[in-house]
Amino acid sequence: MTKIVRRALLAAGLTLAMAGATPAQTPFITVSSTTSTQDSGLFGHILPLFRAKTGIEVRVVAQGTGQALDTGRRGDADVVFVHARAQETKFVEDGFGVERRPVMYNDFVLIGPKADPAGLKGQKDVAAALKAIAEKGAPFVSRGDRSGTHAAELALWKTAGVDIEKAKGPWYREIGQGMGAALNTAGAMGAYVLADRGTWISFKNRGELDIAVEGDRRLFNQYGVILVDARKHAHVKTKEGQAFIDWLTGPDGQKAIADYRIEGQQLFFPNATQPGA
Amino acid sequence: MHDVGAAFAAAFRLIGEGDAAFFAIVGLSLRVTLTAVAIAALIGLPLGAGLAIARFPGRSAVIVAVNALMGLPPVVAGLILFLILSRSGPLGGLGWLYTPRAMIAAQALLVLPIVVALTRQTIEDLWSEYREHLASLGLTGRRAIPTLLWDARFSLATALLAGFGRASAEVGAVLIVGGNIAGATRTMTTAITLETSKGDLPLALGLGLVLLALTLAINAAAFGASRVGARVAGAT
Repeated sequence: MTKIVRRALLAAGLTLAMAGATPAQTPFITVSSTTSTQDSGLFGHILPLFRAKTGIEVRVVAQGTGQALDTGRRGDADVVFVHARAQETKFVEDGFGVERRPVMYNDFVLIGPKADPAGLKGQKDVAAALKAIAEKGAPFVSRGDRSGTHAAELALWKTAGVDIEKAKGPWYREIGQGMGAALNTAGAMGAYVLADRGTWISFKNRGELDIAVEGDRRLFNQYGVILVDARKHAHVKTKEGQAFIDWLTGPDGQKAIADYRIEGQQLFFPNATQPGA
Repeated sequence: MHDVGAAFAAAFRLIGEGDAAFFAIVGLSLRVTLTAVAIAALIGLPLGAGLAIARFPGRSAVIVAVNALMGLPPVVAGLILFLILSRSGPLGGLGWLYTPRAMIAAQALLVLPIVVALTRQTIEDLWSEYREHLASLGLTGRRAIPTLLWDARFSLATALLAGFGRASAEVGAVLIVGGNIAGATRTMTTAITLETSKGDLPLALGLGLVLLALTLAINAAAFGASRVGARVAGAT
């Protein structure tokens, strides 16, 4: 019995080893990033350009910003590419990241059903809009997943003077999922939702959804990139990771970001050289 | 109804255009799932047969546990393996996280209880029926296992198909340990999840139709093979 089991285990191990073997490994790095950069199609556009230039393959794991930073903290990624300034600063201060560099920005938009139950038509002030949603108890979908967009949403409720922990009721629906899933849910429920413009532009299942509020400067959305510190995780591919960051924040990468368009609309605006970004 | 029509159009377009990225996804799905089933079979068939024949204290408890593990939620299996394979976990040094190996291991973990449990039941029934006959041929205890496995091969093929179905349909485990990385760990099911979240529902459903067709083809092939096998076995 034990002999049979031992032999079977050996055979199984060999099968796994053979199945996992890949011919002539190309150099690659793992980047933990956000659902917004992936769902918007940005990576599909810029990563082949980087690979053509350097021969380095970039493997992107798309998560919410909070989870993406955790992935870096555990050492499961070489580079983190996210959008929540406060969390990024803390990541570097805690010694997990070498340095945070600004990459690009876009903006958030408040999306809502065309029926406009909270009466936001013509509203330019996002704080006033959120206040109206809370007061009327109009359905609102929250990411609820510690993502950058979720962090931005929570900060905006605060700006609007709404204590969301107290104010939340059946109208406030935390779904704990990515940007695209939140838009799908909002569409199905006829709810409002905060989205990044990149995902919104590339989103295909709009149905009855449309932009309710945009253009408020408080809807600014900055992305940053951080190399995971090899002093915390020795296996981090510092050289390749730094090459990716240098490319992304250099002229070629910045141009590639600016060139990414869907139906003529630019999704992200490079600003790596802008001081304080 | 419009969506369903668009989904079929998307499915045919995916196959017809011969898109390399799409075939890489299909290829990876098949490779991961079939390898996982093969590993689960190599371990699970002898283990299940052994469990059918062996008598030891606590055997009933083991059988109940194995049967219960058939219902192991994929997301839990994925999470456990994730914690083990993470760079901060006990086997982090292997560097398996976010690679097909981790996905194979996760699916093998899900399929194994199915293979063990169904093998155990099949062999135990066979064993109680032919025990004396086999003993008269000098096959007692563990020496009867190869004969029993061979005689039950058609029933066991169904057990493996059940395992294949579980592995090819699941998304929770491969999403967590694979990371749905384009060109590296994206499978049919994680691609469907991604396209759904991008709001491209016809493409997502189109991918689903292709996956269904593949599963159907594999089951048909297995059924055909067992038919031919049964005829050959009957003829000799």
